[in-house]
Amino acid sequence: MSIQAPAKGWFGPPVGAEKLWIGVALIWCIIMSLAMPYYHFKGKQNSTGESYAVEPARFVDRVNRFVETNQVGEEVVTVSGIEKKIPIVEGVPGGDVYLLGRTWEWYPILKLKKGQTYRVHISSADLQHGFSLLPMNMNFQILPGYDHVLTLTPTSSGEFQIICNEFCGIGHHIMTGKIIVE
Amino acid sequence: MGNFDPQRVRTCKTTGLNVCLDAQFFIKANAVFAVVFLLVGAIAAILLALTRWPAVHLLNDVWYYRILTLHGLNMLIFWILFMEVAILYFACTSLLNSRLAAPKVAWASFLMMLIGAIMVDVIILMGKGDVLMTSYVPLRGHPLFYLGIILVAVGTLTAVILFFATIYIARRDKTYEGSMPLVTFGALAAAIIATVTLLHGAVVMIPTFTWSLGLTPTPDAGWYRLIWWGLGHMSQQVNVCAMVAVWYFLATLTTGAKPVNETVSRVAFVLYILFINLASAHHLLVDPGLGASWKIWNTSYAMYLAVLASLIHGFTIPASIEVIQRVKGFTRGIFNWLTSAPWSDPGFSSVVLSMIIFGFIGGITGVTIGTEQINIIAHNTLRVPGHFHATVVGGTTLAFMGLAYYVVPLIFQREFFMKWLARIQPYIFAGGITLMSIGMSFAGSNGVPRRHWDVEFTGAGIGAGFDAGAHFMLGLMGIGGTIAFIGMLIFILLTVATVFFGRSNAETGMVSWQSADRMKMISDAAGKEAEFEVEKHKTPGTLVLVSVLLVSFVVYYFANWKALAEVWWVR
Repeated sequence: MSIQAPAKGWFGPPVGAEKLWIGVALIWCIIMSLAMPYYHFKGKQNSTGESYAVEPARFVDRVNRFVETNQVGEEVVTVSGIEKKIPIVEGVPGGDVYLLGRTWEWYPILKLKKGQTYRVHISSADLQHGFSLLPMNMNFQILPGYDHVLTLTPTSSGEFQIICNEFCGIGHHIMTGKIIVE
Repeated sequence: MGNFDPQRVRTCKTTGLNVCLDAQFFIKANAVFAVVFLLVGAIAAILLALTRWPAVHLLNDVWYYRILTLHGLNMLIFWILFMEVAILYFACTSLLNSRLAAPKVAWASFLMMLIGAIMVDVIILMGKGDVLMTSYVPLRGHPLFYLGIILVAVGTLTAVILFFATIYIARRDKTYEGSMPLVTFGALAAAIIATVTLLHGAVVMIPTFTWSLGLTPTPDAGWYRLIWWGLGHMSQQVNVCAMVAVWYFLATLTTGAKPVNETVSRVAFVLYILFINLASAHHLLVDPGLGASWKIWNTSYAMYLAVLASLIHGFTIPASIEVIQRVKGFTRGIFNWLTSAPWSDPGFSSVVLSMIIFGFIGGITGVTIGTEQINIIAHNTLRVPGHFHATVVGGTTLAFMGLAYYVVPLIFQREFFMKWLARIQPYIFAGGITLMSIGMSFAGSNGVPRRHWDVEFTGAGIGAGFDAGAHFMLGLMGIGGTIAFIGMLIFILLTVATVFFGRSNAETGMVSWQSADRMKMISDAAGKEAEFEVEKHKTPGTLVLVSVLLVSFVVYYFANWKALAEVWWVR
């Protein structure tokens, strides 16, 4: 009985069906353990966590400089009844691209080319945010003070939405952005 | 044998166990407030389910996030911790035939936990703590919010220390012989994990509290997440451990099952202690600042040895039930032992349903979305709450409900009202939670975020939204949540009514949930040592069940790798 002290001499190895199951389960655990390092070297989707310390204000400066030099257009949107212009900024293939999360927008709109690789720097000006790319469903955590670098290669074209999936205050659910892939 | 004060002990007429009256008082006190916080959390739960069901969208944005904070803390922290303290007090006194070491310390623990919990709830409802359960810095709540959490943590730690002290005096006074019972061993494993968990809580919450007072600088966001999850995820592993101990306990009470191999079951608990804390990394798999090797090693809990532990318990408990059922004579075919089980005993049905939901939904989804790379298509989506509602609610809460169907008659010494309703309650609750978890999981597979008021993104500058499939799944979540709420309400009303107004069974002992014939079978089976030895390594039914689990696991796991391989390339 599991509610009484076991009889003397209870210590012993598993036998029979129990031994079989432990063996099978252990093999499955080892397969799952090896799957991750395998995919790290062979797979195309990995979260390596590459990042650099950065003051939020400095990161905002970098984003603004990126917008000044690479802007190719703008989109007029309405947020709570007020008109607002969001720059559309094109990245140079192989180069650095900047995206800022702040309450409550992803800034600016990015324009990328299908099949090209970019180093996308993402950070926050204020709180923690969640970078979530739809309808792809790719998600990364964005923290103030951390320049999170995703080496990203879009493999499909069209317009993709970015939403925030880390709670960042009352406007969390209207925090959106966009990536255009040609 | 026992070390009781003769004035402060009674002998249970049903189980024959000695019950320390001081321990009994604190078991009652903690269990009663556990249910009070469960009620608060449940009311919050139905409001949330009806808000995230887009067709209803009940609360406004302010109240959605406020109630979400309330729900998380009351359910994941207060209900579970109060219940676990009750379990610890029971496991170290009645099961070890010992008195509670220091009732005054139990008072201190209880008051700290209660004051802390009430403080947190009041602050949240005043709108001063809209930071969700995780309170990720630099999001800032009222200092009393953090102080309340610290009080609950210190109070719980005090109870855990009292548990260790009671085991010490029981050993010193030789109140039991040889090794401690398996259920107490499981509770001890839970208590050890809880100690490490609560120390993490102190490390992260104290600087956050002083920061909220303006005394110290803002804690680093990445550091906060790393340590907070040492509290946040590990506390759920305490639940897993306590839940497994309850599984063993109720399997014994309802069928007479005894562990086939004590060594295997105990080693599995030790694996939890050694490796389960690494799972805190599951929340940080797409975080900046942490490298791939760190993520891979920790996410695998060191080669999934903690997962192995759960897979072992998932075998040993049904196997022990199968063996004892076969000893009773239910030997026909592969599943006669299972179909002849006491399905109308809510203690039994709760355990079986809890194991199925925990294993098939919670376990499989948890290990899969907690795989380093697969987390890219899961992090912070509704897949995460889809997973943990299957583990903590369908698993732990349901197991604790099953426990309550025995605690109330045995410790409160009251007979349940409307037993027919109690018999079907686990099925209603389990059905609702299953639908809800499936709805959440698959909505999350479509990218629907967790902790999000409006999946239509009304008022956003750049529009976004989800297809009909995701909306269907959110509807399923809402319907499942409503059914689960009804099941929960039945449980709370029955328990509260019985505790306060139920017929006393102090003179007669508990009226069994099962027929006299079945109870006789249980007591007869206990004497059939020879039959037990013959049956104990032959469990064909259990082997079939765990094979079905493994196949489901493998299919879901590789389907997710395939889904991952289809998204953009990223390094």
